[in-house]
Amino acid sequence: MTPFNLAAINFAWLPILPLITVAIAAITALLVGVRVGDEESEGLGWLTLAALGIALIFTLGIVGQSGLAFAGSIAIDGFSAFFEIAILIAAAFTVLMSLDYADENRLPGAEYYSLLLFAALGMMLMATAGDLIVIFLGLETMSLAVYVLAGLRRTEPRSNEAALKYFLLGAFSTGFLLYGIALIYGATGTIKLGPIHAALGGQMMSNRLLLLGLAMMLVGFGFKVAAVPFHMWTPDVYEGAPTPVTAFMAVGVKLGAFAGFLRIFLVALAPASSEWSWVLWAVAALTMTTGNFIAVVQTNIKRMLAYSAIAHAGYILVGMTAAAGQAGGAILYYLLAYGFTNLGAFAVVIAVERRGEAEDLIRDYRGLATRAPALAGAMAVFLLSLTGVPPLAGFVGKFYIFSAAVNQGFVWLVVIAVLNSVVSAYYYISVIVAMYMEEGGVEVAPMSRKPALAAAIGLALIAVVLIGIFPQPYIEAASNAFTSAIGSGAVGAASLVP
Amino acid sequence: MGGGLLTALIFLPLLGALFVIMQRDGRGVWNSAFIFSLIPLALSFYLFYAFDPHSADYQFSEQYAWIPQFGISYHLGVDGISLLLVVLTTILISLSLLYSGGGDIEVRPREFCFFILVLESGLLGALLAVDVFLFYVFWEVMLIPMYFLIGIWGHGRRIYAAIKFVLFTMFGSILMLVAIIYLVYSEHVHFGRLSFDLPLMFQVPLTPAEARWLFAAFALAFAIKVPMWPVHTWLPDAHTEAPTAGSVILAGVMLKMGAYGFLRFAIPLFPGVAVEATALFMALAVVGIIYGAMVAMVQPDLKRLVAYSSVSHLGFVMLGIFALNVQGVEGAIYQMLNHGISTGALFLLVGMIYMRRRTREISEFGGLWRSAPVMAAVFMVVMLSSIGLPGLNGFVGEFLIMLGTFLRQWIAAAFAVGGIVLGALYMLWTYERVMFGPITKAVNETLGDLDAREIAVLAPVIALMLFMGLYPRPLLMRMEPSVAKMLAAVHVEEAKLHEEHHSLARLSIPFGHPESKPPVRAVAAK
Repeated sequence: MTPFNLAAINFAWLPILPLITVAIAAITALLVGVRVGDEESEGLGWLTLAALGIALIFTLGIVGQSGLAFAGSIAIDGFSAFFEIAILIAAAFTVLMSLDYADENRLPGAEYYSLLLFAALGMMLMATAGDLIVIFLGLETMSLAVYVLAGLRRTEPRSNEAALKYFLLGAFSTGFLLYGIALIYGATGTIKLGPIHAALGGQMMSNRLLLLGLAMMLVGFGFKVAAVPFHMWTPDVYEGAPTPVTAFMAVGVKLGAFAGFLRIFLVALAPASSEWSWVLWAVAALTMTTGNFIAVVQTNIKRMLAYSAIAHAGYILVGMTAAAGQAGGAILYYLLAYGFTNLGAFAVVIAVERRGEAEDLIRDYRGLATRAPALAGAMAVFLLSLTGVPPLAGFVGKFYIFSAAVNQGFVWLVVIAVLNSVVSAYYYISVIVAMYMEEGGVEVAPMSRKPALAAAIGLALIAVVLIGIFPQPYIEAASNAFTSAIGSGAVGAASLVP
Repeated sequence: MGGGLLTALIFLPLLGALFVIMQRDGRGVWNSAFIFSLIPLALSFYLFYAFDPHSADYQFSEQYAWIPQFGISYHLGVDGISLLLVVLTTILISLSLLYSGGGDIEVRPREFCFFILVLESGLLGALLAVDVFLFYVFWEVMLIPMYFLIGIWGHGRRIYAAIKFVLFTMFGSILMLVAIIYLVYSEHVHFGRLSFDLPLMFQVPLTPAEARWLFAAFALAFAIKVPMWPVHTWLPDAHTEAPTAGSVILAGVMLKMGAYGFLRFAIPLFPGVAVEATALFMALAVVGIIYGAMVAMVQPDLKRLVAYSSVSHLGFVMLGIFALNVQGVEGAIYQMLNHGISTGALFLLVGMIYMRRRTREISEFGGLWRSAPVMAAVFMVVMLSSIGLPGLNGFVGEFLIMLGTFLRQWIAAAFAVGGIVLGALYMLWTYERVMFGPITKAVNETLGDLDAREIAVLAPVIALMLFMGLYPRPLLMRMEPSVAKMLAAVHVEEAKLHEEHHSLARLSIPFGHPESKPPVRAVAAK
C-alpha cells in the first residue's frame, strides 16, 4: 500500500460524506450561532434541518455500496445506511419539534443545534463503525453532546440534576465498555469486527478474557440502551431534559446505541451467542417487566414514557436474545416503528406542555379530546401503537420480534413479553382515558401557531399508520440491511481502498 | 374471485366513519352514519341471496399478497359458518345507529358514529378473514372502538368497565398470538413454507403436548370473549355501564366472536384436543347456564339481569358447539343469531325504559302494561323469544342444541334443561314485576309509550323472530355443508380415539364392553 495514493483517499471520503456534512454543519451552527446570538435560533434550526437534508441525500446516494474504508475502521454497508437514514430522520424530527420550543424556553440556539448535530454525528459513527475504537468514539461523541443537551434549561433545577446524573452514570458505564474492549482485544488480538468474528470458535469460546470482556461490554451497552438493572438514570433524565431532547434521547440515542450493540453482539460476536444469549434472556425479561410495572404508577407523562422506553428496550432485547434467523431484521424494523411512534408521542407532549411551568402531568391531558381533537386523536394512535394494537407500526414490530424469537425456540420469553404488553396496555390506555373520558386539564395553544410541530406530529402519524398497514417494503429494507452487515462473515469484507 | 364484494363490505363502513368524523356535530351526522350503515346491510343481504347453499367452501374469496416475507395474505372468504353472523352484524349496527340517534346519545355524536362504524369494519373483517394474521388484526381492531364506546358514553363506573374489558380481552388474545406464531413456525419446519392461510394450517402435524398447549391458548382467548364461566366477570360490568347501542353490539355480535373462534379456529385446528376436552367444556357450559340464570334471577338492575342472562345463553351456545355433531353445532350457530336478536332487543327495551325514567331498578317499576301497552306487548314477544317459546326463534336453536347434546352426553342435557326452566322463571318473574300489577310509582302513570322511531327499531326485530321461528330452513340450509365439513375432521379424530380405545381395551380387559365407555375417559386413563 502506498501512503500517498491520492485516488484511494478521495475514494474513501465519499462514503463518509454524510458524516462529514453533519460535522461541518455542527461547527457552522456553533460559529454562526455565536455571531447572531440567541434571538435567531429559529433560523439556525432551519439551517440545521437543511444540513440534515443534505446529509440524507448523500446517504441515499451511497445506499447499496458496501465495503471497508480507513483500514477497516469504517464499514459502509446496508446496515450503516439504514441506521444513518433513521438517525438523520430522528434528528430532523427533533429539530422540527424544537423550532418553537427553543424560543419559548430560551434555550441557547447555537449550542443547542450544534450539540444536536454532534450527537447525531456520534450515532452515525457508531452505525458505520468497523472496529471497536470507532464504536467507542461514536458513543462518546454522542454521549457528551447529550449530557450537555439534557442540562440546557440552565435555570431549571431538574434539568441540571438530569445532566449531572446522566453524566456521572454515563461516564461510569463508558469505563465498563472501554474495559470490555480492552479485554476483547486481549483475547482475540484485534479490535476489528471482522477479524473478531473470524477469531471466535474452538478454544476461544472458553477464553476467560473473552467472556469477561463480553460481560463488561454488556454492562456498558446496558446503560446506554437503558436495560434493567442499568436503567436508574432514565426516568430522572427524561423528565428533567428539555422535551425535544428527551425525544431525541428516546429515539436517537436508542438507535445509535443499538447500532453499536448489534454490530458487536449480533454481527461480530454472533458465533459466541451461546455464551451471551442466556444473559440477555434474563436481562430482557427483567427489563420488560420492571419497565412496565413501574410505568403503571407514574403520574408524569415524561416519566411514564421513560419507563415505557425501558420496557421497549426489553422487547428489542428479546430479539437480541434470539440472535439468529430473522432477529436482526426484526430489531431494525422494531427500532423504526418504535422511533416514529415515540417521536410523535413526544411531539404531542411538547404541544400540550404549558410554557415555562412544564409539569407534564398525565392529569393535564384530561378532556384533551374535546379541546384539541386532532391532537388527542394523534396521541391515541401513538399510544395504541406503543401498546401494540394492530394494524399500527408498533404491532407489526412486536409481531416480527416475537416471531423471530419463537422461531429460535424462545417461546417462554415471548410469553413473558406478551403478558408485559397487557400490563403496558393499562398505562397507555390510562392516558387515553384522561384524554377522552375525563374533564378538566389544561388549555392548549392552537396548533396553527406552531406549524413545524404540527408537521412533525402529522408526519409521524402518517409513518406509524403507513409502515403498520403496508409493512412489506420496510421489513424488506430492515432484513436486507441486517444481512448485508459487514463483519458477519457471511458478507465479504472487501476494502473500499484498493 | 369475488369481485371485491367482501372488501367493500369491510371497508365501506370505515370510509363512512372517516366521512362522518369530518362533518360538524348535528342531525346530519346521524343521518349520514345511518345511511352509511345501510350500504353494508344491503350488501350483506345480497351476499345471503347469492350464497351457494350447496358448497362447503369459502365463497366470494379474494386473495392478495400482503406481507409476503411472512406468508401473510389479504385473504377473505365467507362460508356457512360466517355468513349469517355477517348479516346479523350489519342488521344490528343499523338498528343501533337508528336507535341511538333518537336521544340516547347526547354528547359527541360525531365520534359516537365514527366508533360504531369502525367497529362494524372490525367485526366484519374478523368474520370474513381467512388468513389467521388478518383475523388477528381485525380481532384486536374491534376492541378499541368498543372500549371508547363504553368509556365515553357509558354510565356510572364506565372507565372501570372499559379498562377491565380491554385488559381481559387483550390478555386472552395476546396468548393466542403466540400460539399462532408457534403454529406457523411448526408449519414452516414441517413443510418448509411460511403461510398464515387457515386451510393450510389444518395439516400441521403436532405432538399431543404441543396441540394441547396451543388449543389452550386459542380456547382461552375465545372463552374470555364468549364469555364462559369462570372468565365471564368482565361482562356484567361492561354490559351494565355501556350505552345501549354498545350493549346491543357487544351482546349481539362481539360475544359471538368467541363462539365463532371456537368453530373456525380452535376446534378445526386441534380436533383431537377438542374431542378430548369435550367433557371439560360441556361442564363449564352447564355451570355457566345454571350460574348465569341463578345470578340473573336476583339482580335488582334490569340491565344487569339481561347481562347475566347472556352468560346463561352463551352457555347453551358452547354446549351445542362441544356436542360436536351437526345438530349441536347448527343449533349453536342458530342460537348465536337468536341471542343476538333477542338480547339485542332486550337491551334496546331496557334502554328505552331507562330513557323514560333514568333508572333501571326493577323495584321502581310495575304496572307499565297500563301506561305503555305497546311497549309491554313488544317486551312480551322478545321475552318469550328469549325463553324459547315454540314458534319463535329461540325454540329452534335450543331444541337443536338439546338434541345434539343429548346424543353426545345426556347428563349435560339433563342439567341444561334445568337452565331452560330457570331462564323461563327469571324472565317471567321480571316481566311480572315490571309490567303487571298495580302502578306503585306515580311517575309511571304517565310514562310515554313507544314512539315511531322506537317502533321502527323494534319492528324488524320482531319480524325476524317470527321468521326464524317459523321458517328456519333457509338459514339452516346455508350453514349445513360448512358445518358438516368442519365436523368431518373432528369425527376422523374421534374415530381414531375410539380405535385406540378399542385396541387398548382389548389388551387389558378382553371380555369387557368397551363401547359403553365414552371416548373421553379412555384418553384420561392413558
